[in-house]
Amino acid sequence: MATGNDQIYYQEGTEGQHVHEEEHHHGNFITTYIFSTDHKMIAKQYLFTGIMWAFLGGLLSIIFRLQLGFPGMDMSFLKPILGGWINETGNLDPTFYLALVTMHGTIMVFFVLTAGLSGTFSNYLIPLQIGARDMASGFMNMLSYWFFFLASMVMLYSLFIETGPAAGGWVVYPPLSALPQAIPGSGTGMTLWLVAMVFFIVSQLMGGINYISTVINLRTKGMSFSRLPLTIWSFFLTAIIGLLSFPVLFAGALLLVFDRSFGTSFYLSEIYIAGEALPNVGGSPLLYQHLFWFLGHPEVYIVLLPALGITSEVIATNARKPIFGYRAMVGSMIGITILSFVVWAHHMFVSGLNPFLGSIFMFLTLIIAVPSAVKVFNYLTTLWKGNLIFTPAMLFSIGLVSLFISGGLTGIFLGNAAIDIQLHDTYFVVAHFHLVMGSVSFFGLMAGVYHWFPKMYGRMMDNTLGYIHFWATFVGVYLVFFPMHYIGIAGFPRRYYSFTAFDPFNAFVDMNMFISVAAILTFGAQAIFAFNFFYSMFKGKKAPANPWRSNTLEWSTPRFPEHGNWPGAIPMVYRWPYDYSKPDAKEDFIPQYVPFSATPESNLPHEEDTYGIEMEGEETKKMDEPHAK
Amino acid sequence: MFGLIVGIGVILLVVIIFTIFRILKLINVARSSNKKRVSSSNKVNATLMLAFLLGAAGLFTWYSVAEYDKYTIPIGSDHGIAVDEMFWITMLATGIVFIITQVLLFIFAYKYRYQEDKKALYYPDNSKLEVVWTVVPAIVLATLVFGGWKVWTDITSKAPEDAEVVEVMGYQFGWALRYPGEDGNLGNYDYRLIDAENMWGMDFTDKASFDDFTATELHIPKGKPILLKIRARDVLHSVYIPEFRLKQDAVPGMPTRFWFVPNKTTAEMKDELNNPDFEYNIFCAEVCGQGHFAMRLRIVVEEPEDYQAWKTTQKSWLQTKPDYLAKVPQNLKEVAIISSGMDNDKVKNSEANNL
Ligand code: HEM
Ligand SMILES: [Cu+2]
Ligand SMILES: [Cu+2]
Repeated sequence: MATGNDQIYYQEGTEGQHVHEEEHHHGNFITTYIFSTDHKMIAKQYLFTGIMWAFLGGLLSIIFRLQLGFPGMDMSFLKPILGGWINETGNLDPTFYLALVTMHGTIMVFFVLTAGLSGTFSNYLIPLQIGARDMASGFMNMLSYWFFFLASMVMLYSLFIETGPAAGGWVVYPPLSALPQAIPGSGTGMTLWLVAMVFFIVSQLMGGINYISTVINLRTKGMSFSRLPLTIWSFFLTAIIGLLSFPVLFAGALLLVFDRSFGTSFYLSEIYIAGEALPNVGGSPLLYQHLFWFLGHPEVYIVLLPALGITSEVIATNARKPIFGYRAMVGSMIGITILSFVVWAHHMFVSGLNPFLGSIFMFLTLIIAVPSAVKVFNYLTTLWKGNLIFTPAMLFSIGLVSLFISGGLTGIFLGNAAIDIQLHDTYFVVAHFHLVMGSVSFFGLMAGVYHWFPKMYGRMMDNTLGYIHFWATFVGVYLVFFPMHYIGIAGFPRRYYSFTAFDPFNAFVDMNMFISVAAILTFGAQAIFAFNFFYSMFKGKKAPANPWRSNTLEWSTPRFPEHGNWPGAIPMVYRWPYDYSKPDAKEDFIPQYVPFSATPESNLPHEEDTYGIEMEGEETKKMDEPHAK
Repeated sequence: MFGLIVGIGVILLVVIIFTIFRILKLINVARSSNKKRVSSSNKVNATLMLAFLLGAAGLFTWYSVAEYDKYTIPIGSDHGIAVDEMFWITMLATGIVFIITQVLLFIFAYKYRYQEDKKALYYPDNSKLEVVWTVVPAIVLATLVFGGWKVWTDITSKAPEDAEVVEVMGYQFGWALRYPGEDGNLGNYDYRLIDAENMWGMDFTDKASFDDFTATELHIPKGKPILLKIRARDVLHSVYIPEFRLKQDAVPGMPTRFWFVPNKTTAEMKDELNNPDFEYNIFCAEVCGQGHFAMRLRIVVEEPEDYQAWKTTQKSWLQTKPDYLAKVPQNLKEVAIISSGMDNDKVKNSEANNL
């Protein structure tokens, strides 16, 4: 398939629109790189900000990992950065430990894996893969990024204030988060946390509305929902989850603001602290937990689904096989989307929740494991009898499946209320969510970057470095997080500054040291990625038009697509995106823009039927005038 | 110091990698003429997949078996047995799935690595298979949940009438205990009555308060149902006793409870574990601030006779803080003096004086 371009048919009437756009977008530096409304540039802005946050969030975890692995170690060398948070004897301050944990969690979950992952790939891929010139509202999309940027700056600033950033855990449960008397981080730090999160939510909502309306309205001709790549399905459903759940967090945060600043008692009741009985009565800390987890649980799917979508695409492409059970994959994602809203209270089994509600949520929770299991089986079957090409993206995707299995299965323990009594808030939970949410999403992010880098920057990343990066990260992640299961089963609670204080928890000193060393090495290995990323951006091999021989539409754009994506009209779509290794086909892939009429040798019987309809449609289109150069 | 070494190590690593990278680049350039679909590294990666599987399986099995005693904790309560049973049943079910799926994943990755002369199988779906692997997990999960649900409802059922009641209150940063005394009823409390000494906010207008006593160690009898009434004074805490498989948040403004039957005394546990230093403890499992990691309270599980003996030696709180008699309404003073045991004191004191 020489360039493939001679086979592209274009959607009628889209050309004029493009010319019109062209006039607008040979802008200056500011409109091209900063206040850009081009979804591709916005995606890159998200990616850059996300990568910056990932390194910062990782660094914070390294600091507290040092404390856990080498309790009481002399951290005086950090004094230049951390100042008063390192005390006279060179030890890390315990409240600052909690602040580090809190910031690490907040940054990783929201700023890296929500904004960095969805923000990058929803923005980048939705228009390119559905055949649209841009998002439904480029302006709102730009605002979405800049609200995120604002949120980032506020959160970043909070790290440097004197009383320290928020320190009540990433869930910021009141009363701890409501009362500055309880912990210094609940003063200005917490205020900034709330402000940043409000901006963040605004950003998410604007992004989400855009993703949804773009997918619904701007699909190119022929791109029916049943022909959407699974990436798009996952971004679409993710956006729906976000749109329905973030407002609830917003409400929860707002009430917390009221309690903190205006003397209301939504979450506060009968509190005696710092020698004083507070006037608040009648509030309920559990109310906050309900509101938080109504977002908090869907949030794990907000970071998970895009990763699974990316993996589906990467695995199918590099196994040279159709994704197995496309409909089941879509169905299970829809199932997960719906169920993700009715399981939140499994985080609250021992919170004082009515035990009967606990039973209900236990049943609902274990139902959600079924669609997740289906996805794993489908990935496995996709690999079965494939012809696997191990690009770095493919390696990360296979690694992702492995991590998803490991982390997902431990969810079955935690979803069981009886077992959760013991495991709740222990390191078992830390192990569970780092595997299933942290690592899986992170691997999805990496797979996406390696896979779409050639499209983003017109150059290839270095494969060998990619391989080293993958193996170091994959082995590292398992070495860091798998042992935490044992520590959790042994009963170690999370968010503990130190375990040496008591005899019973003294048992895993060597294991904790091991984990910390593994974490440092794994974190260090990310430098390979950073190097590869920036080096290849300028010096990488030039990317061919379709380096992975993939079926989706983005690979039909020029090497450097301008704002508007296709220089001519938008290609039409005739088939699903997974025609890999179709029997009797000339090549082992048939892109979506190739009509069935062009592939009589490989069409399946039911596809012959659509043939006639296809031809009818084309007659009205000057099909023999492709616009490619 | 250690940090410095790590830092240097990381830098060295980066330098080494960079050098290797340059060399590989040069080699690549030198032989970039042959245009194959995949390079030899495909085979290497496939082999590494297999190596990873074997290595990880080895480590996992070795550690799980060799260190079993280290990471499992003994059970000290009746319901703990059921919880652990559920845990290990789940471990078995998920373990089987874990092994099968991981093995398939890595074996497939190795076996189906790219081969020039092969073509992938076009296999877009198979409804029968998909129904099977939707229904089978659903059944397995249903079984597990059902088991868990039974254990859960037992644990959270209403405490027996004759349960020994103890109040546990979390505060920054410790646990405070209160026993109901002879009348078996805990007196009312009100957070506005809290002061430096009366940290519970005990309300002495309630008769039931008079004989309540406090303690610094949680004494409980073996083999009897114990009902913990749990509350918090300032922020969230969580009562966590690993050996009892017990965890329940302490919530300001909303008392919670947990009942259980301890089935091994501290002494028996020491024997069983061959560890003379063993103690049961309450830990805190909900982040509550600076001292969260250091909130510990010792528990003593003893034979019922010893427990009763201990209990009779405890003086009511009012008796130890007679100043608070002033807070008792005039009409109840007499009752307060009697049920707090103060009159015994007085009797004794006057006897002493008489001598
Ligand atoms: C460099 C790799 C990482 C390491 C070594 C690491 C380590 C840790 C550890 C040890 C804790 C528990 C601390 C405690 O409870 O005292 C923790 C908490 C947490 N981590 Fe990570 N983590 C890493 C990456 C990630 C990623 C990628 C995510 C994204 C989901 C993440 C999300 C969280 C969250 C949400 C918490 C809970 C924070 C809280 O308790 O409030 N981490 N991390
Ligand atoms: Cu959840
Ligand atoms: Cu605590």
